[in-house]
Amino acid sequence: MDTTIQTDLEVFRMETKAWLEANCPESMRTPVKKFEDIYGGGSEATFDNEDQKIWFERMRDKGWTAPAWPTSYGGAGLNKAEHKVLKEEIKKLGCRSALWSFGLTMLGPALLEFGNEAQKLEHLTRISRGEVWWCQGYSEPGAGSDLADLQTRAVDNGDHFLVSGQKVWTSYADKADWCFCLVRTNPEVPKHHGISFVLINMRQPSVEVRPIKLISGSSPFCETFFDETVVPKVNLVGGLNNGWTIAKYLLTHERSMIGGISEAGQQKLLSQIAIEMVGLEDGKLADPVLRTEVAKWLINGAGIKWSMERMTDEAKAGAPIGAKSSFFKYYATELNKDKFELMLSMGGFEGLQWGEDYLDGKLARDMCRTKGNSIEGGTSEVQLNIIAKRILNLPTK
Amino acid sequence: MNLVINEEQQMLKTSAKEFLKNRAPIEALRKLRDSKDPKGYDPQLWKEMAEMGWASLNIPEAYGGMDFGFVGFGQVLEEMGRTLVASPMVSTCLVGTSIINFGGNTMQKENFLPRIAEGSILLSLASEESNAHRPLKVSTQYSKTDDGYSISGKKVFVLDGNVADYFVVTTTDASNASANGITLFIVDAKSEGITIEKKIMMDSRNAAIVTFDNVKATEADLIGEEGKGKKTLEKALDIARIGLSAEMLGSMQEAFDRTISYLKERKQFGVVIGTFQSLQHRAAQMYCEIQLCKSLVIKSLQAIDTDSPMLPYMASMTKSKVGEVLQLITNEGIQLFGGIGMTDDEEIGFFMKRARVAQQTFGDYNYHLDRFARLSGF
Ligand SMILES: Cc1cc2nc3c(=O)[nH]c(=O)nc-3n(C[C@H](O)[C@H](O)[C@H](O)COP(=O)(O)OP(=O)(O)OC[C@H]3O[C@@H](n4cnc5c(N)ncnc54)[C@H](O)[C@@H]3O)c2cc1C
Repeated sequence: MDTTIQTDLEVFRMETKAWLEANCPESMRTPVKKFEDIYGGGSEATFDNEDQKIWFERMRDKGWTAPAWPTSYGGAGLNKAEHKVLKEEIKKLGCRSALWSFGLTMLGPALLEFGNEAQKLEHLTRISRGEVWWCQGYSEPGAGSDLADLQTRAVDNGDHFLVSGQKVWTSYADKADWCFCLVRTNPEVPKHHGISFVLINMRQPSVEVRPIKLISGSSPFCETFFDETVVPKVNLVGGLNNGWTIAKYLLTHERSMIGGISEAGQQKLLSQIAIEMVGLEDGKLADPVLRTEVAKWLINGAGIKWSMERMTDEAKAGAPIGAKSSFFKYYATELNKDKFELMLSMGGFEGLQWGEDYLDGKLARDMCRTKGNSIEGGTSEVQLNIIAKRILNLPTK
Repeated sequence: MNLVINEEQQMLKTSAKEFLKNRAPIEALRKLRDSKDPKGYDPQLWKEMAEMGWASLNIPEAYGGMDFGFVGFGQVLEEMGRTLVASPMVSTCLVGTSIINFGGNTMQKENFLPRIAEGSILLSLASEESNAHRPLKVSTQYSKTDDGYSISGKKVFVLDGNVADYFVVTTTDASNASANGITLFIVDAKSEGITIEKKIMMDSRNAAIVTFDNVKATEADLIGEEGKGKKTLEKALDIARIGLSAEMLGSMQEAFDRTISYLKERKQFGVVIGTFQSLQHRAAQMYCEIQLCKSLVIKSLQAIDTDSPMLPYMASMTKSKVGEVLQLITNEGIQLFGGIGMTDDEEIGFFMKRARVAQQTFGDYNYHLDRFARLSGF
């Protein structure tokens, strides 16, 4: 081939590909079996094996655990185009994610937007280096869909707050070093105006966590109790009583992310799975009703994928995504649930098995887990409320 | 490829919207219907549309066309769907032009395309024979004669058949019926042996039953080669399926917009009905479904423009989904308008009636779901 002029981006692509090929261990190029196979970091984290460790450390040193973050915070400072190239090359080679955590996907973006320089320097760097595990302390027993009704109090005590109250559904709080948390700093004003966003060190005696077992059999959630927990004021993000703004920003982010998950995890087309599990008769899926359902699912799957693409393109052209993230969240999570129902039905009797180990009974357990997709990050019903009010402008009263 | 329309396409869309709002609102369709108009469309309106170049958006410049591309053409179709314009656009431009353009020889292109572009002739595909869309099952036959061919058979649901100047007719070889090939002829509608029986459909448009009784055709009337018409037919149909889906997308958006407006204005129990959460959720779900349709339609229009090998899949995905959603939206429209929705005075019912005809045209939800699965190998 005649290689004369190459753009910088092409050079970057070639270098990236070469680097990944040289540095990603073979075993890290195989599909993950379960979510926990991806290294999450944190002070108590251990590696499953040597390859996982090598892969994480190499990516960390390259700044590619947080490729788009500035180098001063442990990222690689890639621009959008480069970041896209990196993602494409990682996908082509089938490399596993070297680090995945709430810190990277949720707190990071919020700090970049609302944090002060000291907070960014301290926390972003530790997140990108996989040194801390963060959990999200939003929901409370009395504040789920109506999140703004949260009652966990933060009382001003000079240079620090004293936080007391109970959080629930705190995913992975039992492993967490830190918690980004919504607390009430002013009970006198309308509920949305008295909330602050604070960073709480979980490693103190006044914090207690109790795991909750889920219908999938695993226990990634906890109840979290704070009893006069000390939170220095330097850990207040985005100003006093400004927490709801940050929470909304993050929720939008989280919704797009959950919306995107169903696609990211997809290694095989649903039709291929159906052919393998159910078989063909005269070139058609042996179960004609299932065949219709699978066809319909694939069309909807393509439809939501292209809708996300279209709305991203429209955003670049000046029409912000805003409340449309509720559409992604609602539709993609409902589709993901449908997909697992279809797979469980294709799986037949074998698919119903439920062994001691997660992998022995994976399909049934995974299917149970998908039921949470339309609850976490705001329920489907709440997303529909948002679409009705903010996109269609239907009146409240 | 970017999934946003460009400035030029947006301008075309805006001007189409303006023109149709003034010149062809639903009121115009009602008038055609109530006056029992023998043609079922307004020739003067069609002339004006052709003058603006709408009849030639998919005709190459060499044959007097605009060659605007289908993403742009789709914008006009969408706007036409919003006001439910009865016009020969689907029969003549989406199907007729596509068949001549992809299957015709230079002489045929020179003969037909400039006249279509001007709006001076109408074409119609005579393909359906059974009570549902089965374009590849053809029993209309042609046989060779001393001076050419003779065609006999009966075609149904021939769109605009009562006003067409030419029929593109699908046939099989009488001497070799088992070969399963399809042969396309273009014949003058006034040819001896053609009987046209006009049928008015529920959308107030016309579709005829056309009988061919030893109709003469010559070598020059043959489109492509004998027995090799399937590819052209399928391609033209796929384009028409996508184009019609763009029209249907316009109809669903308009019906939805009208429903949402009604939810904001009708009062019961002392409040506007749009405050009821059960209705809000139905509205929000419809919004989501429309978003999927929008994305499928623009992707498919792009697939035509880029001559994508995925065209058949795209056409079937899009036509099935858009048909399903249009049914939902038009039904919910009537339901949410309540009693008013059932009256002929209120226009929401027009959308439901047009929808049902458009849904079955070129294959309904079931047909395309099945075809999509087949094309995908399961
Ligand atoms: C897998 C999973 C992970 C999670 N991880 C975290 C986490 O890390 N951190 C965290 O803080 N929280 C987390 N959550 C909590 C989650 O955000 C809440 O469960 C969620 O917001 C719903 O609140 P709830 O459970 O109190 O349900 P409720 O709000 O009590 O809802 C019960 C039912 O009522 C419906 N409903 C409520 N209000 C309305 C309304 N206005 N209109 C119509 N219907 C309504 C709901 O849709 C639902 O069907 C997680 C949840 C799950 C399932």
